[in-house]
Amino acid sequence: MLKVTLKQSTPIKLDVEFSCESGETLALVGPSGAGKSTVLRCIAGLSLAAQGQVLCKDETWFDSDTSVNKTPQQRRVGMVFQNYALFPHLTVADNIKLALDKRIPDSHYTIDKLLDQVNLSGLEQRYPAQLSGGQQQRVALARALARQPQVLLLDEPFSAVDKVTRRKLYLELNTLRRHLDMPVILVTHDLDEAAMLADSLCVIHHGKTLQHGSPEQVLYQPMNSAVARQVDVRNILKGRLKVHHGKLMLEWHHYVFSVSRLTGFVEEQDVFFALSPAKILLHQRVRPSRGEQENPVAGIIRDRVTLRGITTVLFSVELAKGAILQMDLPEHVAMRNKLNIGEVIRVSLLSDAIHVMAE
Amino acid sequence: MDWQAFEVSIMLAVLTCLSLLPIGLALAYLLVKSNFMGRGIIEAIITLPLVLPPTVLGYFLLVGMDNDSFLGSVFVSLTGQSLAFSFAGLWFASIIYSLPFAVQPMMRALEKIEPEIREAAWCSGLSKWRTFFKIELPLAWPGIITAMVLCFSHTLGEFGVVLMIGGNIAGETRTLSIAIYDSVLAFEHQQAQTMSLILLAIALVTISVVYSFNRTRVLRF
Repeated sequence: MLKVTLKQSTPIKLDVEFSCESGETLALVGPSGAGKSTVLRCIAGLSLAAQGQVLCKDETWFDSDTSVNKTPQQRRVGMVFQNYALFPHLTVADNIKLALDKRIPDSHYTIDKLLDQVNLSGLEQRYPAQLSGGQQQRVALARALARQPQVLLLDEPFSAVDKVTRRKLYLELNTLRRHLDMPVILVTHDLDEAAMLADSLCVIHHGKTLQHGSPEQVLYQPMNSAVARQVDVRNILKGRLKVHHGKLMLEWHHYVFSVSRLTGFVEEQDVFFALSPAKILLHQRVRPSRGEQENPVAGIIRDRVTLRGITTVLFSVELAKGAILQMDLPEHVAMRNKLNIGEVIRVSLLSDAIHVMAE
Repeated sequence: MDWQAFEVSIMLAVLTCLSLLPIGLALAYLLVKSNFMGRGIIEAIITLPLVLPPTVLGYFLLVGMDNDSFLGSVFVSLTGQSLAFSFAGLWFASIIYSLPFAVQPMMRALEKIEPEIREAAWCSGLSKWRTFFKIELPLAWPGIITAMVLCFSHTLGEFGVVLMIGGNIAGETRTLSIAIYDSVLAFEHQQAQTMSLILLAIALVTISVVYSFNRTRVLRF
């Protein structure tokens, strides 16, 4: 298990706390410059935080209170750098061999096994410059695993490869990580990548941990509006909680919505709420549905974009000062309902799909 | 053909190169890796021989090697000989005036190594010394070779400083370039031409070897 607590104000502000179990993949997500890579460097011992602790299993790698700071060589980390940082003058086999424990008797067998693990058999004698981006990434991964690390650190490992290769590597890493029994920390600014590969997400912004939880929790139930913005929640709106007919309800301009989960909130509290675009229910224009009764909202379609079978409809709600909402629909639904720009539509904001957050 | 002068020249060039390999590498590594106060001044002092007239540099070195000076007196007490107008003095002066030719290419080569490569080596468990010998040194090799060739050629052809420091003592401080000068003054044009052609051939061969070596590396990496 890896436990990390880091605090500093300069040169890069850090206020981070998280833990990662063995066999778990934790993604540090956040925009560029949020301090994600600095956190990774602090775990590896390449950067030194002013305050904090890095504990791995029963070993203390860094503790500012007791002035313990082990070198990267003493920490046994496997690190895949953003640009892979392969040794350009050495062959694939020699890149891996250098990271192997010198006491390992049959290095050839171990190198073959590692290359097989990352689907790169047969390229042992190539130099890094003779490999594609995806192959280089696999070598970097094999080299990181060669040291039998206690923690595997991946710093934006997919940023230097094309989209097609990236998808292939996602699947490979997903398979590989199931066989790894160490904590894996993945740094990425791509939320889809994080949600696909990680067991838990840790959102970092301006060097501070905003939320740590499962991908579902973080992406669909962000703790506050700051997390919601970081995880690219598309419909973030501001409302107020009021009691109507003895029940706590959400007031948004002229609308009053019933909400399933409002634990911990109080009357007259200003809140943010998020609506998942996929969970806004369109009322069929020819055959009204039962959902019409649940938080109905009317709007005018302002724009529509279709990408890979999903149509995103942007509509303005006139009773909410023209606020724009986004709704995702299967392409055939959008076509069947003739959702054209300028048309009036009615939707339901399902009470289960409204996620209320503190400001 | 003055073979004695040829021998002195080759000996001086080889010894200067061998001395500048560790000295130049240590200085280049220090200047690239650390960011201490006064780094700019040290870099300027090392580069000074590039811009200073050889006679001016030779004059200061001569004064510095005088038996009354610190360096000169230490040398006299250790060996019983004068540093100025000796082969040892010439060797010392060669190290000083060839220093920028060694340090500059080595610095450029070390600067070109991305910091992540070094860090990847540390994360792979390599100590700083092992990282230097297994990663940094092989990657900086073209710069080191260039530095050595420049030092060798420069030492072989230097005239002004050699004349100021070493004078013209046959078998001791009389180098090939001084011998060529003497031959011309004595109207021995044939001898001057032979020696000049030898220096030209050596320069051409060494530079060609460096270019082809670096090109092979570029193709491979």
